[in-house]
Amino acid sequence: MKSLAELEAIRQRAKADLAARTDGGRKVVVGMATCGIAAGARPVMNAMVEELRTRNVNDIAVTMTGCIGVCRLEPIVEVIEENGDKVTYVKMDATKAKRVVVEHLINGQICQDLTIGADEAEAKAKAKA
Amino acid sequence: MQDLSLHLMDIVQNSLKAGAVRILIEVRADTSINMLYITIEDNGHGMSAAMVESVTDPFVTTRTTRSVGLGIPLLKEHCELTGGKLELQSEEGKGTCLRASFGLYSIDRMPLGDISDTMTALVLSDPNVDYVVRFVCDDNEFELDWHDIRDQLADVPLNEPAVLEWIGENLAEKQHYIFGGVLNEITG
Repeated sequence: MKSLAELEAIRQRAKADLAARTDGGRKVVVGMATCGIAAGARPVMNAMVEELRTRNVNDIAVTMTGCIGVCRLEPIVEVIEENGDKVTYVKMDATKAKRVVVEHLINGQICQDLTIGADEAEAKAKAKA
Repeated sequence: MQDLSLHLMDIVQNSLKAGAVRILIEVRADTSINMLYITIEDNGHGMSAAMVESVTDPFVTTRTTRSVGLGIPLLKEHCELTGGKLELQSEEGKGTCLRASFGLYSIDRMPLGDISDTMTALVLSDPNVDYVVRFVCDDNEFELDWHDIRDQLADVPLNEPAVLEWIGENLAEKQHYIFGGVLNEITG
């Protein structure tokens, strides 16, 4: 059974980690209103945090926001760079979330096929056909 | 919504939007009357009596992106399907208390889901909010108070990965311990 006493050891380790850490200024935002949650945003958010933790990346903040406005494309994840540039990923799931962590956040390659742009292009192509 | 922990996440966002900084979350199973209760009590800015009356209407919302709000209406629907109900009490300037009840063994009751996942996601989004999470099943009770966590951690923030992991594992373990064998979806 877990107990509060275990937090003391966690505190000591975290203090050492915190001192060594710098804030990278990059941010990941997950849409977490009724629409996002119902579409599966919580596992997406938790998968991202878990993957970042596994890979020992501590300088990216993962946070949530309300309705982004395009509910049919939820779960939505936005990656916001330090300079304000933003990439919007749509129709996410836990597997795609892990891919974004590795390919985009760590290796700097945007997952073009998961972006809102790719989704819209696909929808347009379908409408024409 | 696939389970009750997702509804919980949704409803708590209302509390956060109302500026709440301390939120009590209680999940209580009472096998003598076969009911399951989920209570969320916050110290946010509360609602007027008129708003309380109208908030179960899907066409009433505070959101600005659209004029439809489904969080509370969906939860109410799920309560009533199982023979339960949704009760709301609110006082402006004081806070809001929402209580959802469900028939414990109703075929239409959604599974509880992972309260631990909901709580870690909430802490991640705002580590400065205080929660009290209480699991009660007849005479068994477990409570985790964020005040106690902060006392132990001193100046280490709650969104530290190791702390989040501890909160998640602790709540998952206690949820299983308290409700195992009582809720159909959790084996004893």
